[in-house]
Amino acid sequence: MLALTKKDLSLLLVVAVITLAAPIILNPFPSGSGMSQFNAGYPDLMQRFVIYGIFAIGFNILFGLTGYLSFGHAAFLGVGSYSAVWMFKLLSLNVIPAIMLSVVVAGLFSVLIGYVSLRRSGIYFSILTLAFAQMSFNLAYSVLTPLTNGETGLQLSLNDPRILDGASAATYPNLFGAQMNDSTTIALGNWSFTFSVGYYLCAILLLLAFYISIRIFRSPFGMMLRAVKSNQQRMNYTGLNTRPYTLAAFVISGMYAGLAGGLLASMDPLAGADRMQWTASGEVVLMTILGGAGTLLGPVLGAGFIKYFENIFSKINEGVLQAWFAFMPDGLQDFFVAIIYPFVGKGWHLTLGLMFMLVVIFLPGGLVEGGQRIGRMFRRKSRSETPDGKTTPAE
Amino acid sequence: MDAILLQLLNGLDKGSAYALIALGLTLIFGTLGVVNFAHGAIFMIGAFCAVTLSKLFNMSHKATEPTGTDFLGNPKFDDILYVVDWFGEDAGAWMVDWAVPLAILFAVPIMLAVGFIMERGLIKHFYKRPHADQILVTFGLAIVLQEVIKYFYGANPIPTPAPEAFRGSFDFGVLLGFDPNAVIYPYWRLIYFAFSALIIGGVFAFLQFTTFGMVVRAGMADRETVGLLGINIDKRFTIMFGIAAAVAGLAGVMYAPINSPNYHMGMDFLVLSFVVVVVGGMGSLPGAVLAGFLLGILESFASMNEIKNILPGIDQIIIYLVAIIILLTRPRGLMGRKGVMED
Repeated sequence: MLALTKKDLSLLLVVAVITLAAPIILNPFPSGSGMSQFNAGYPDLMQRFVIYGIFAIGFNILFGLTGYLSFGHAAFLGVGSYSAVWMFKLLSLNVIPAIMLSVVVAGLFSVLIGYVSLRRSGIYFSILTLAFAQMSFNLAYSVLTPLTNGETGLQLSLNDPRILDGASAATYPNLFGAQMNDSTTIALGNWSFTFSVGYYLCAILLLLAFYISIRIFRSPFGMMLRAVKSNQQRMNYTGLNTRPYTLAAFVISGMYAGLAGGLLASMDPLAGADRMQWTASGEVVLMTILGGAGTLLGPVLGAGFIKYFENIFSKINEGVLQAWFAFMPDGLQDFFVAIIYPFVGKGWHLTLGLMFMLVVIFLPGGLVEGGQRIGRMFRRKSRSETPDGKTTPAE
Repeated sequence: MDAILLQLLNGLDKGSAYALIALGLTLIFGTLGVVNFAHGAIFMIGAFCAVTLSKLFNMSHKATEPTGTDFLGNPKFDDILYVVDWFGEDAGAWMVDWAVPLAILFAVPIMLAVGFIMERGLIKHFYKRPHADQILVTFGLAIVLQEVIKYFYGANPIPTPAPEAFRGSFDFGVLLGFDPNAVIYPYWRLIYFAFSALIIGGVFAFLQFTTFGMVVRAGMADRETVGLLGINIDKRFTIMFGIAAAVAGLAGVMYAPINSPNYHMGMDFLVLSFVVVVVGGMGSLPGAVLAGFLLGILESFASMNEIKNILPGIDQIIIYLVAIIILLTRPRGLMGRKGVMED
C-alpha cells in the first residue's frame, strides 16, 4: 500500500497512530496531580513537537543522506514564517495560501543559497551556509525592516488589506473558518484531553512530510544521495555530476524548513528575526544528531525529545525540587537540590549541551542507535540459548 | 582623509581580536587537524578571568568606622577591601585599578590548563572521527562552558574597567597635523592593538626560532615522518593546543574593558573567527592574521555613513559577503596551502 514495503508501512502507521492520538498519549497523568507537570498534551507544546519534527525531517534529508552539514537552515524557517505572515496580511487569513507561499519562497531562497554553497563541501559548506544565514538574519534586523518589522517582529494588524477575506471573516489564522487556536476539551474523570485544530493540521502535514521522506529514502534518488555521502570523489570519477542531486536535496530540505516556518506562523501569527539566528540552526542540528542522523525516525524523536525536555526542565524550579526530595533528611535534601538545581530551570541548556556531547561521543547514531543496541542485546541473549546461534567464519 | 584614518584605527582593535582568535583556531587546526567550535568559549573564559580577578580584588569586609555614628545613632560601617588589608592602602588601590592587566598573569596558567584538559580529556578521542563529529562535539562543549559561566556569573554583561591611566582618549589627529578632535582614539584600544601585535609576533617567533617550534612546524607539514624520526609529536601538539587556548584567553582578558563580558560573547566571536579562518585559508597562520585585520578594517569602513548611504545595511553583512566572494573565487582562501581540507 502507498508503494511502501511492509516494514516502512508499519513504521508509518505507528507514527500516524502516535501523532493522531498524541493528545491522549502525552497526557498520562490526571490533571491536578503532582505528576501533571510532566504532561505534554497541551496544544502549544504538541504543535512545537510536530513543527520542529518536520524541520528536522527536512534537515535530515540533507545531512543524514548527503552528509553536508548546513549551519544555516534556520534562515529558511525564518523566510517561511515571514512569507506566511505577509500572506495573512495581504490576502487572507486562510492558512493554505500562506503555507503554500512559505514553501515556495523558502524553496526559491534555498535554490539561490544552495547553488552557491554547494560549490564547496565539508567545513567550507558549513561556513558558507552559516554566512548566508547570518547575512539574512542581520539584514532582517536592519535594512529589511519595512519587510520584516525589525526587532518587533512582523505582526497582524486590524488595518491589513486582506483582499479575499470579507468583513465578517475570522480574525485568527484558520482553515476555511476553523481557527487554529480552536480546541475542544474532553474531560474523562480526572483526565482532560485537549484536541486542537492547529495541532491536527500540523500532525497531518507531519505525516505527509514523513511519508515523502520515506519515499525519498527508498528511492534511487535517495540511493544517489547516500553514494554522495560515502564517496563523492568516486562518483565524480565515474563521470557523474553529483551537484544536481545535492542541490535537489538542499532545496527539498529548504522547503521542509519553509513548511515548518509557515506552520509556526500559522499557529501564532508572528514572525521575528531571532528565528533565523545561527543558534536556531544549531538547534535543528542538535535535534537531528540526538535522534539519529540518517535514520527515518531519528529526527522526529530528537525534535520531540529536545522540545519536551526544554519545556519540562525549564519549569522545574527550586521549590519543585525541594518538594521532590522532601522525604530525605534536611541536610541530604539540600545537598541533592544544590546538585540538581544548576541542571534544571534556567540551566536547561547545560543539560542539553552535556547530553548532546555524550551522544556524539558514545552514540554517534543517536537515540535510534541506542534503541537498536538495546534491542540487539536482548536478541543476542535469546539467540545464544538456541544451538544454531554461532556464526561461521567468512572464509 | 581624517575619517578614513579614524575608520582604519577603529578596525584595528576588532581586527586584533579576530586575528588572535583566528590564530588560535588555525594553530589547533594546523597541528591537530581538529575543527574547534569551542574556541569562542575559550575566548570568553579568558574575559571572565579578568572579571574574576577584578571581583576578587574588590572583595571586602565590614569594619566599624571609628569616627562616629550615622544620624540614627547606629555605628557606621566601612567596606574595607581585603587587598588593602593585606598589601596596604596604596598597593591595594593600585591592584584594584590594574586588575585587568594583572589578570594576564592570572589567565595564562588557567588557560593553559583549560587547553590541556580539553585536549587530553576530549579532543584526543576525536582525531580519527570525521570533521562533522569534531564540530558537533566541540559545539556541545561550547554550550556547556557558556552555561557554566552563566550559572556562576549571571546573564548580564559585567563591566570591567581598564586602569585609570588608560581610560581617556588620545587625540591621534594632532600628531599628523589634522584639526584637534578629528581623530580621537581610546588609549585602551591602542594598547589592545599593541598587545595583540606582541602576541602574534611572539607566536610566530616561537614557531620560527625555537627548536620546539621547528619540530611543531615539521609536524604540521608531515606528522607521520616526524613521528617515525622518534619524536613524540603528540605531546608537542598538546602543548600547542594549550598555547592556542592561552592566546585566545589573553585576547579575551584584554577585550574585557572594550566590551563588558557576557556569557555569549564567545559564540558571537566564534562565527566571525571561523569566517576569518576560512577567508585566510585553513591551516595558514599568516593568512589568519591577515584576514583578521582585513575583515576588521573592512567592517569599520562599511559602517561609515558615506558608505551606508550608498549601500544601506552593508555594515551588517560585509564580512559574510567578503567570505562568500573569497570562498567562491579563491577556494583555498587568501593564503591557504594545497592539500589542507581539500575533500
